[in-house]
Amino acid sequence: MEGRKRTNLRLLSLSGSLFPVIAVLAALLIGAIMLLILGADPLKGFGAMIDGAFGGLRELSDTAAKAVPLLLVGVGITIAFRANVINIGGEGQIVLGALFSTGLALLVPNLPGWLLLPGVLIAGFVGGALWGAIPGALKAYFNVNEILSTIMLNIVAVQIMNFLLQGPWMDPAEVERGSRIPQTTRLPHQADLPLLIKNSRLNVGLIIAIVAAVIVYVFLWRMTEGFRIRAVGFNPFASRYAGMQVQHRVVLALTLSGALCGLAGAILVFGSEAHRFVTDGSATGFTGSAGFNGIVAALFGGLHPIGTIPASLLFGALLVGANKLQRVVQVPAALIVALNGLIVVFVVSSAIWKRRLSQRVQLMMSKADDPEAVP
Amino acid sequence: MRRLTVTGILVLVFALVAAACGGGGTTTTAAPGTTTPPAEPLKVAMVAPSAVNDLAFSQSMYDALLAVQEEMGGESAMQIAYSDNLFVVDDAAAAIRDYANEGYDLVIAHGSQFGSSLQEIAPDYPDTAFAWGTAGDTFGLSNVFAYEAASEEGGYVEGVMAAALSTSGVLGVIGPIEVGDAARYVNGFVAGATAQNPAIDVKVNYTGSFSDVALAATAANTEIAAGADVLTGTAQMVTGAVGVAKDDNIPWFGTQADQTQLAPSIVVASQVYHWEVVIKQIIDLIDQGTMGGESFVINLANGGEAIAYNPDYSLPDDVKQLAEDTAKGISDGSINPPRPGS
Amino acid sequence: MSEFFSAAALVTTIGAGIRYATSYLYAALGETFGQRSGVLNLGVDGIMLLGAFGAYYVVLETGNLWLALLIAAVVGLVMGLGMAFASVTLQAEQGISGIGFYLFGLGMSDLLFQKLVGTPRPISGFPEIHIPWLSDIPVIGELLFSHSLVVYGAFLLVPIGTYVLNRTAIGLKIRAAGENPAAVDTLGVSVAKVRYGTIMFGSMLAGIGGAALTTELGIFQQNLTAGQGFIAVALVYFGAWRPVGVMYGALLYGLVASIVSQLKTLGIIPRSVSDLASMLPAVITILALVVAVQRERQPAALTKPYQRGG
Repeated sequence: MEGRKRTNLRLLSLSGSLFPVIAVLAALLIGAIMLLILGADPLKGFGAMIDGAFGGLRELSDTAAKAVPLLLVGVGITIAFRANVINIGGEGQIVLGALFSTGLALLVPNLPGWLLLPGVLIAGFVGGALWGAIPGALKAYFNVNEILSTIMLNIVAVQIMNFLLQGPWMDPAEVERGSRIPQTTRLPHQADLPLLIKNSRLNVGLIIAIVAAVIVYVFLWRMTEGFRIRAVGFNPFASRYAGMQVQHRVVLALTLSGALCGLAGAILVFGSEAHRFVTDGSATGFTGSAGFNGIVAALFGGLHPIGTIPASLLFGALLVGANKLQRVVQVPAALIVALNGLIVVFVVSSAIWKRRLSQRVQLMMSKADDPEAVP
Repeated sequence: MRRLTVTGILVLVFALVAAACGGGGTTTTAAPGTTTPPAEPLKVAMVAPSAVNDLAFSQSMYDALLAVQEEMGGESAMQIAYSDNLFVVDDAAAAIRDYANEGYDLVIAHGSQFGSSLQEIAPDYPDTAFAWGTAGDTFGLSNVFAYEAASEEGGYVEGVMAAALSTSGVLGVIGPIEVGDAARYVNGFVAGATAQNPAIDVKVNYTGSFSDVALAATAANTEIAAGADVLTGTAQMVTGAVGVAKDDNIPWFGTQADQTQLAPSIVVASQVYHWEVVIKQIIDLIDQGTMGGESFVINLANGGEAIAYNPDYSLPDDVKQLAEDTAKGISDGSINPPRPGS
Repeated sequence: MSEFFSAAALVTTIGAGIRYATSYLYAALGETFGQRSGVLNLGVDGIMLLGAFGAYYVVLETGNLWLALLIAAVVGLVMGLGMAFASVTLQAEQGISGIGFYLFGLGMSDLLFQKLVGTPRPISGFPEIHIPWLSDIPVIGELLFSHSLVVYGAFLLVPIGTYVLNRTAIGLKIRAAGENPAAVDTLGVSVAKVRYGTIMFGSMLAGIGGAALTTELGIFQQNLTAGQGFIAVALVYFGAWRPVGVMYGALLYGLVASIVSQLKTLGIIPRSVSDLASMLPAVITILALVVAVQRERQPAALTKPYQRGG
């Protein structure tokens, strides 16, 4: 068919990416109504939201910093999804990655920076990989469903963290002073993630995350192993004829997904303002629900590693902006949590229209190519 | 030339008027503990890890701020903004930074896990005063105040009372994780109970969670099964334990806030935190130009901690006298509850 | 150690374990129906919280416990309707939409609580029922026959649920919808209707589970469930989608938690490893599954939205 028609159809299909945006706006509309009911000014609130996310260099770097764990988790999810596995163990995998990286730094604090910094990141990667491999192996060898094992392992991860931070890893200064704040000592300076923008919270974690997204894209689309993972996702029955291969793909997918979450955990610790591992006794207190929100960011990005990059930046903007909204309009933070949930539901639900649109476009394209053919 | 003269005269007039407004009025030496309201409202922001109505940690500070605000003359004297439920440390750090950026005079980081972030943030805002609790370390920074509660003191007094009230000789304690303020209170309670009755058996159960209410209830049940006839506990999940105590008619001792309303029939007393004592001192120092560098403790002696008795619980007079004597002893130093680090 | 095995301690431990398990047993049984028909609902925790707040508020305002249960059920039904609409009609990715409902329920219940109630105020719960004669049996009597109606309700649902799933027409439709929705469709039964029904029923039970929790504890506060809804979902897998299996899983988890708590109280588990002990319920649940190697497959159509002709 004519080039222009084809281009137009392609553009139409791409406009499907607008649906998640519309969904977010719809959720925010409901949020505006809730603000009104609470006696707050929605316009002022959303103005604060935009200001909080994009209002200045500091705000932009906060947004980008917030996006980093979302991006890493999201990219991991795109791997898992292609293998038809849902990884809801992200929270625990982030914690394990953080624990492994912290452990390494506490073990060899005097290692030179060029060894220690990559070392802690790799340790984080390994920690998360382990916490993804366990559910994977349990599924492959014992038929233990991964949703059960990941939920249980999330719980276990928190208790390991609590045990270490209020026990062997507690800052000796805290023990001596008796205040017993559950945190480690200030971690080695040479492992501080270098800042991209001075005096901000944006560190090289962003670069690492983007590079990871690209690597995963290359892996999934251009390498045989990755192709196999995608094939499993598309047609598990056909792949099953190849033998136990399917289960191994699942293990690999969960391990890789977990590894990326673990890397996020390492970045959260060594890029944090405090440069320590601090806990309040919960997983969410450390991860900020990145383990869950990252899944949404992946969906927002069309379950494509590269698409997850802008998606996580936008989602990060939403989260950062929402916190600013809370501060300016002084509504309970609970509203922000509820709003977060609404956005997730709306975005996920809008996928159907995007799918229908691209299906129609496919149909129109094939019809234009061959009007006689029966679709 | 004329324009300059006119401008000059205007400036002079303006300066004279300003001097007349600012410098006038009698100067009084502020009595310790009271504050003179500043001309412009003092902007105070609070960042808390749990809800401001949690009837525990966060509420104690929020209530204190409200009390100080009222004493100072309301919203025209002091404005309060807060962000609660910020248990994600990074989000809290962003909030602290943002409040400082927005020009708040005093930013209170009410959570020990926020300290390490504050250490990095405070130097960037030398004109903002920060307060951090519960802890005693000001990091050597000139714009950071630190505050903590000597919760072992009230814990000790309540431990004494509990041991005196117990007929079975077994007490029960429900805690979250053995850290911070929780650990201090529990250690104080155990010490006080043992001092009152060396043969007392105190069962301590750290559930492993600050939020799991059902688990706290289960823990309380196990302690009653082990023979405990008086219970206490700390952290926001403790409401579950209070519920169990209420069902089984077991006396309860509370901390951090007055927990009488949770179970008016069995709550004996609660250690209440009156952070106003510290807040007022901090505001005074800020008015005088000191933005930090001092740490404060609330304890029984300075009124920052107090035992709030439940008027509906008929506490035997001798037990109450015992408690008041113990409190006095702690205040004057004759009785020594276990101090952190010792 | 002998203190643990005294009659009083054992009875309390087991009784506490049973009561601890009640709320997430309701939710897990409800989720079983949904999953059997092919839908995963990860929002159970949020629905439990909303149901809990609804029940709490009703008791606070009216003192009527049964009305509270009803309201909690209605809240669950409404949330179930939303979840069904998203999962069945809009075919949203089920795991993720569930997380969205969870966050919504978590935030909304807390927001409503802060605005409508303020500080935690106590409520009374369902009274313990002592079944005549049976509850007088030493030890067993107190253990099994002295619970509240809410507790009995959860356990009664197990045989009822089993019967419905295996011996009724609707149960057949549910199972078929989960195994082979295309076949069900050919026979003229609306897969969508079946799934709407199971999701709403499951959410209703989750709401009731929340009500059970808040009346048992006598209080409501932010994040009251502390993740019990997720445990409930996990238990469905543990129970191999059979109500009896789910019940065993719920009891296992609850009893281990209760035993660990009792051992901590008695000092048998030292404080230094207190946190490690806290992970035992989760670890043992996984180990139990490893040991009892499952042969049951999951419903073939689980998490796959059904599309006519597609």
